Amino acid sequence: MNEKKPLPVKMEEVEQGCVLYNIDPIVMKYHYEVDYIHSYAQDSPFFEGLAKGELKGSKCTKCGGTFATPRSHCMTCGAETEWMQLPLQGKVHTYTTCYFGGQEFLAETPFTLIMVEWPGVDTLFLSRLIGVAPEDVKIGMDIQAKFKRLSQFKPTDVYFVPVG
Amino acid sequence: MRPVYMVSGGITKFAKSTPKKDFRYMAKESFDQAMADVPNLSLDQIDGSVIAYFSDHFTRQLMAGIMVQDYLGLTPKPSKRVESGGATGGMCFQTAWEAIASGRMNVCAAVGFETMSHVNTWKGNEFIALASDVNFDYPVGGFYTGYYAMMVRRHMHEFGTTERQLAAVSVKNHGNALHNPYAQFPAELTIEDVLNSEMVADPLKRLDICVMSDGAATAILASEEMAFRLTDKPILISGVGTGTDAMRLSDRPSREVILLDHERAEDYKDLKYPGVHSFRGGRVAAKEAYKMAGIENPIEQLDFVELHDAFTSSEIQTYEDLGLCKYGDGGKFVESGAANVNGKMPVNPSGGLLACGHPVGATGLMQSVFALWQLQGTIGQHFGGDDTLQINNAKRGLIHSHAGTGTYITCSILERGF
Repeated sequence: MNEKKPLPVKMEEVEQGCVLYNIDPIVMKYHYEVDYIHSYAQDSPFFEGLAKGELKGSKCTKCGGTFATPRSHCMTCGAETEWMQLPLQGKVHTYTTCYFGGQEFLAETPFTLIMVEWPGVDTLFLSRLIGVAPEDVKIGMDIQAKFKRLSQFKPTDVYFVPVG
Repeated sequence: MRPVYMVSGGITKFAKSTPKKDFRYMAKESFDQAMADVPNLSLDQIDGSVIAYFSDHFTRQLMAGIMVQDYLGLTPKPSKRVESGGATGGMCFQTAWEAIASGRMNVCAAVGFETMSHVNTWKGNEFIALASDVNFDYPVGGFYTGYYAMMVRRHMHEFGTTERQLAAVSVKNHGNALHNPYAQFPAELTIEDVLNSEMVADPLKRLDICVMSDGAATAILASEEMAFRLTDKPILISGVGTGTDAMRLSDRPSREVILLDHERAEDYKDLKYPGVHSFRGGRVAAKEAYKMAGIENPIEQLDFVELHDAFTSSEIQTYEDLGLCKYGDGGKFVESGAANVNGKMPVNPSGGLLACGHPVGATGLMQSVFALWQLQGTIGQHFGGDDTLQINNAKRGLIHSHAGTGTYITCSILERGF
């Protein structure tokens, strides 16, 4: 006859990445992170364009409205838009240099954000400007798009530098 | 639509962190304070609620709204959650207004909260930045102060607004809060203190920006019949307005200024509007609210304004959207002292978001509570006997709640109903 193994009489204890942060009240600290699946969906051709060194905006097929940041339907009349090539040279519409940021971008600070304008295009485009000291950035400055060679398929695949 | 009144309100003291009280407890604390001011109101006379908080990321508890409803003892009555970014509190207030105006409810509780202390400030900034387009905006900057810095940079370019004028807003609001016991960050500051504070996103510095907060606020709204039964000082909500604008700052068009009754097209001949320097949604919200309340010239017909000053720059931009001064004159307006407690148009006599704190879902309701106390003449009674901030004979005020880069904006007008 087999001898019966005694059943455990104590709950097994584990230590998993959870920290007792404080008592009275009890405060716990733990890490959480997820893999998230995000589709660029109808905006995908814009990111494909960046990989080819092209900057694509949208043009309304009905009212002719133009958008420097693409959208598949016109915000004025609701009609479908078509893709439109944007010039690689534009101007600084406004700017700031960020010395702090969201945690994801803290390591990249300081960085300069700009809104880019093009004559004849109705709306603007958010990007980063490099190669200029914060105090030398000016509204109206001529700037040129450059593209990362190793595409990350992010809007930061394009950035701007001063012309000349 | 039938008339809607605010009969009472409550707020917790806003704080950087409240580990001893969770969101339910804070909501209950603000709710109980509101109930204590109307002793004739019993729980069973409340027909339902609207419960608001901005971010599921901060809460990490989905359906936190129903947990508040449950904790307040309001189940199984009707309730819903409302979320509109930074304007969540203001939208909650207006949703409760709709419940009464439509005749669906006779008494409705509007309760808002936020608990932002669960993550550090920079993670908090990241969470907030998820309220920008995640395809095109978040990955480039991911920082609201950066977006507001670009807006005010353009405002400075268009109109000559200065960093000293921005600083004047900070000095005023932090100074007002010295007399508000609910404020998180009262401070006696000089223009130099603000100018010398750490640069965050040029030209916005640490003291130009509101802080992260934990807190809750409650407003109780009622029909005319119930309001006069519950209090001898009911406050009529005589106008509500809501405006919106494109999520992406880059999509703001350049058109003509939307004029208020007291403005003329010639005032703005060459101004491209709203561009990134003005909030078209704020203008639309104000225009709708003024029309309902019969206001033709706000600077003459309002006694005070509590507005959404998450940044000093947005206070200046909002003076203009609300028509307190012309577009472009916001910087001069604050510099002239017009917005001081004893000025022509006291703005943020409470200290605003800059000094009271900004627990997002509670913020717009906090404004309604301070406005209620102003109009009832009970600031001293609620502020531990200090009535420095009480505006003499205040009869009508405006509260303004604002989301994103100006995407949802609410304006509500409150006036003495007695």
